[in-house]
Amino acid sequence: MTAIMQARGLGKRYGRRWALTDCTLDIPAGHVVGLVGPNGAGKTTLLSIAAGHIAPTTGEIEVVGARPGGDPGHLARVGFVAQETPVYAGLTVAEHLELGARLNPGWDGALARDRIARLGLEPSRRAGRLSGGQRAQLALTLGIAKRPELLILDEPVAALDPLARRDFMRGLMEAAAEQELSVLLSSHLVSDLERTCDYLVVLTASRIRVAGEVEELLATHHRLTGPRRDPARLPAGQHVVSASHTDRQSTLIVRTEDPIHDPAWTVSALSLEDLVLAYMSEPAETGPRRVLEVQR
Amino acid sequence: MIEFHLDDRSGLAPYQQLVRQVRQALRLGVLREGDRLPTVKEVVARLAINPNTVLKAYRELEHEGLVAARQGVGTFVTVTLADASLAAHGPLRQELRRWLAKARRAGLDDESIEALFTATFRAEAQEDIA
Amino acid sequence: MIWLTWRQFRVQAAAGSAALAALAAVLAVTGPGLADDYASGIAACGTDEACEMFARHFFDQHRTSFQAVLAVVLLLPALVGLFWGAPLITRELEAGTHRLAWSQSVTRTRWLAVKLGVTGLASMLVAGLASLAVTWWASPVDRAAGSEFPRMTPLLFDARGIVPIGYAAFAFVLGVTVGMLVRRTLPAMAVTVAVFTAVQIGMPLLVRPYLLPPTRTTVTVTAGNLDALMADGPGRPFQMRVEAPDPNAWILSNETVDRSGRTVKTVPLYPGTGPCARDKGPETCVAEIGRLGYRQRLVYHPSSRFWAFQWLETGLYGVLTAGLGGFCFWWIRRRLS
Repeated sequence: MTAIMQARGLGKRYGRRWALTDCTLDIPAGHVVGLVGPNGAGKTTLLSIAAGHIAPTTGEIEVVGARPGGDPGHLARVGFVAQETPVYAGLTVAEHLELGARLNPGWDGALARDRIARLGLEPSRRAGRLSGGQRAQLALTLGIAKRPELLILDEPVAALDPLARRDFMRGLMEAAAEQELSVLLSSHLVSDLERTCDYLVVLTASRIRVAGEVEELLATHHRLTGPRRDPARLPAGQHVVSASHTDRQSTLIVRTEDPIHDPAWTVSALSLEDLVLAYMSEPAETGPRRVLEVQR
Repeated sequence: MIEFHLDDRSGLAPYQQLVRQVRQALRLGVLREGDRLPTVKEVVARLAINPNTVLKAYRELEHEGLVAARQGVGTFVTVTLADASLAAHGPLRQELRRWLAKARRAGLDDESIEALFTATFRAEAQEDIA
Repeated sequence: MIWLTWRQFRVQAAAGSAALAALAAVLAVTGPGLADDYASGIAACGTDEACEMFARHFFDQHRTSFQAVLAVVLLLPALVGLFWGAPLITRELEAGTHRLAWSQSVTRTRWLAVKLGVTGLASMLVAGLASLAVTWWASPVDRAAGSEFPRMTPLLFDARGIVPIGYAAFAFVLGVTVGMLVRRTLPAMAVTVAVFTAVQIGMPLLVRPYLLPPTRTTVTVTAGNLDALMADGPGRPFQMRVEAPDPNAWILSNETVDRSGRTVKTVPLYPGTGPCARDKGPETCVAEIGRLGYRQRLVYHPSSRFWAFQWLETGLYGVLTAGLGGFCFWWIRRRLS
């Protein structure tokens, strides 16, 4: 399988502010990829570039093997559900399906109608009168029924209540299982992604902090607790992600491929949430203050 | 047919939870040879989890020789554990019941009983390794 | 894409068609009567003088409806820019639905092209039909107005022939462009109206006179061509104005020059005294002006250039429209997100 997304030195500047800096990624196909980071970290920028809605300032990007947004053929291979899942308020549910059918050569009408029926959405209802969850489901239906190879979703569940959130994720995962669809979705909450993602990209303050398969990330990250010591004096293969100290004790989160032999450490496993939070609070090269500011 | 559930606080990876639930169902006789496991799509649609998680759990079960995938039909249970385990363990269970009654009479509450059992079980296991 | 554009435009199109139909109905009901009245009046008047009287009376009688209809055609392009142009893209940007549209298998260039094409053509069609209907309806009134309100002059020129089509196309694309830059519907509407009004005022003042070189002529003042001889008050010198050789011309300047060809504001003759005393009649006064060497310099566009100007101005607005349209495509490819 090819990569669904390859980025080299990707950057996007708005005026003087860099929304995305030096982003290099190579995401293989067949995954449900979670893009996680605090609000304002650059997630929407990265996804909009991937969907071809904005052009990068620097660097290169290929999505399912070609530059995004170029021609209709490529657009048909990438689905995009934008933030807040916009739909046309004045058009009915049925008209949205009609829109999908007319604008997408690979449209799967049966799938779309079936999904709408199972969701209990009335075809004659105006989209403006749907609930937030129903609107999101309608936008998801449009994204799925065009039968893309990659479906990108920007904070699809951020505005939804827990029940609608679960329903949305069920629909999305079902589509991923059924259509051999790669999925790339963003969230500022790890809990949204914990069950669904098997590949994770952490983005804070416009930079990629870490990217990789969830299982591998969990296997190579450890929490070490022990007597206080300087993190700089750890063995070469151990990269410190975050460190906190009391006057007697040090707690480190390290990334390493090798087993940890030092008996002074108590080694414990990390949950995905702990791992992400460790990277989010990691001081950025541009200065720790800004990271905290963005996180708030 | 078995219905899966996930416990976010169990500390076990989701795929391991699925594997364990199948094994448990086999032991309890909920699943028998020839039963079909739910399809990946069904599990995913119910639990809102990554399809790869389910695939991985099923591969593991296959590897253990408990189930077999038939192309285009589904994944089927190939063994029956219930009779072997539960019937054969009847006397053991009787003994355990008696021991539990004794522990209660000794004034232990549920939590203490569980802790005592786990501690003893672990100590035993460690001795075996050593 | 055409289906979606049409589906989104449906309500506005219905409103536009209804307004146009109402206008057409009013014009269709009153138009034939108006034409008959004028035709029978002209046939019956006999002498030139009586005919002129009839025409003046006829025009005065219909002045109000003439002005109302004029206003409709003048306002129409602005309304098109306001309600069809400005919201076309801003409505999508405000609701975020452009992201939904761009996520279908349609390039954003095509998305914009169809939106601009369908709605733009509708704008031009509406303006063209309105102008056609009004030009037909008003032709007897226009004829009756004659030199009082020649169709070459600003305002009337703007509401006849084919220029309304050019105005509508320009106003529409202007609305779209402003909308893309401002990204909000209400401010975009305000800016569109302001810019369009400025262009519509600037065009006849600063551009249209120079589209073709005007005819220049210096004439001797006679009692026949004298249009007005006026003074600011008793004891103040006369100023004068003459009629152009072509009574329906668009006169750009009408000034007095002295013997050496210099422009002067007044002639050294006074009301009620000397050659211009009341009992002597205008001929003596005019003869005295001629004797003193004052002549009148006229700069004007003859009425025969009406269609040349119509085509030139429509073409000019076409170029402006194309320029703004090109900018829209550039902007949507490069900058809009």
